[in-house]
Amino acid sequence: MTRLLLRRAGWAVLTLFFVLAGCFAAVRLTGSPVDLLYGDGATLEQIAELEREWGLDRPLPEQFFRYLHNVMRGDFGVSLVERRPVVTVYAERLAASLQLAALAFVLGTLVGVPLGILSAVGRGGLGARLAMGLTFFGFAVPHFIIALALILVFGYHLNWLPSTGASTPAHFVLPAITLALPLMAVNARYMRNALLDVLRQDYVRTARAKGVHEFRVVGMHAMRNAVLPLITVLGLEVAGLLNGSLIVETVFSWPGVGKILTGSVSRRDFPVLQFGVIVYACVVVSVNLLVDLLYVVVDPRVRVNT
Amino acid sequence: MSVTRQLFVGVGLLLALGAIFAPWLAPYDPVATSILEKLKPPVFVEGFDGTHWLGTDQLGRDLLSRCLYGVRVSVGIAVLGLLASAVLGTAAGLISGLVGGWVDRVVMMVADIFIAVPFLLLVLVGIALFGSDIPVLIALVGLARWETYARIVRGQVLQIREQPYIEASRLLGASETWIALRHVLPNISSTLLVLLTLNFPSILLLESSLSFLGLGVQPPTASLGRMVGDGRDHLIFAWWVAVAPATVILLITFIVQLLGDWLRDFLDVRLAE
Repeated sequence: MTRLLLRRAGWAVLTLFFVLAGCFAAVRLTGSPVDLLYGDGATLEQIAELEREWGLDRPLPEQFFRYLHNVMRGDFGVSLVERRPVVTVYAERLAASLQLAALAFVLGTLVGVPLGILSAVGRGGLGARLAMGLTFFGFAVPHFIIALALILVFGYHLNWLPSTGASTPAHFVLPAITLALPLMAVNARYMRNALLDVLRQDYVRTARAKGVHEFRVVGMHAMRNAVLPLITVLGLEVAGLLNGSLIVETVFSWPGVGKILTGSVSRRDFPVLQFGVIVYACVVVSVNLLVDLLYVVVDPRVRVNT
Repeated sequence: MSVTRQLFVGVGLLLALGAIFAPWLAPYDPVATSILEKLKPPVFVEGFDGTHWLGTDQLGRDLLSRCLYGVRVSVGIAVLGLLASAVLGTAAGLISGLVGGWVDRVVMMVADIFIAVPFLLLVLVGIALFGSDIPVLIALVGLARWETYARIVRGQVLQIREQPYIEASRLLGASETWIALRHVLPNISSTLLVLLTLNFPSILLLESSLSFLGLGVQPPTASLGRMVGDGRDHLIFAWWVAVAPATVILLITFIVQLLGDWLRDFLDVRLAE
């Protein structure tokens, strides 16, 4: 058990290292940030001066290991464009992203999972059909179309809700629904498939034969086993949400991290980009690790097999 | 087949025919601008003057013609990207499953690294490096989700590998390549087919999202996502500029998704989700 954990953790650290190294090299291939800052007006001396100041004149491996050294000490560098510490730039916008992400995640889970259960248990019924229809819809509609449709209907025509900014609770409604709809669809589909699989098992038939109430069969016997695949999906959704959504932030003028992160590519703001990649990779890797652990907790069979 | 399904198949055929024969069917040049004709309403809105059936956009371009051409561009990129990622992922999964050992570990490591990078950032860096020409976009879209194919194919290979007929073939002196292509690939083809149709909507949505943000297909070429993006600025007074291409996107993804569900039931494939 401990050996397994250690091996997984080592694997995770190795993954992080490669992600960072790849990203570090790739963004530097896109060009020098100095060119963008000065444009055509700069003299060669000025460019060389700034590149020396930022350490961009050093060989790539040296730059990388110096950066790694700083990261180990908690120093993620200074944004080349804003001239402020990357962590500050990021933290300012993280709150808006997190609030929205949390709301969307809760909404997506609280609606999606019951929908999935409903469509698995009440197969053929009206409720199940409705649930399946919604799932189908959520899979086929991209964020930008949901967002525009919501703005068009609730923002412009009915004039019920604001569609840009993040100042009041009412501002959360449309972006949160936009983010949550596809999540509901994914959660409902996974829940349904997993539950249908489990409901076919012998022990469920046994439980029913014993005369256990259907509510208890699904709630106690089936759910406990069906929830495993869902944990993985939910974990990856958290990782995806944490980096903000460029589309939702663009359409609703939401002050989240998605925009500075994607903007850092075109502005060649390397420290910001690297920080974003580190955060995302850390979340994905730790979520995967956590999911492995949860499996062990929820499913005793895993403990025996490993 | 139910009535809804027939209806969707019919609409799908119409769309496909419209896209294939766009150069002959489109009533106008899709990139020809005419400021005098800008933001004309479509046939179902008051003020329709009988010239542009789906109305015109902010530059007076005919929306029907642009939608027909847009389907070609968007579906073209999505299909080629889909095939690229399927080939890449399947090859990786086959090699990983059949060869095993350190090769297997390296492939799985690469897959792990891949999902730990935000895909949008990967695409953005790719565009910054290679530009946003259509072949580049196809290649970048072709990287999406390759690891799902790799994992599922690998899992299936691990099961098939131990079958007696594979052992028999190996005893007869067949090479690993022969076994992979002649024995393993046909056995996993229905899974692959279903996976392809189930992945298609997300790939199409990826391309249209990129174009919507102005990062994908560049103007004046019509792509559905870009058209919705252009229409965003005119939602209040000319909603049809965004709604027309958005409807086309929805129709395509609905149809392909129905096809995927139907294929899965028909071929009776159970995917490890």
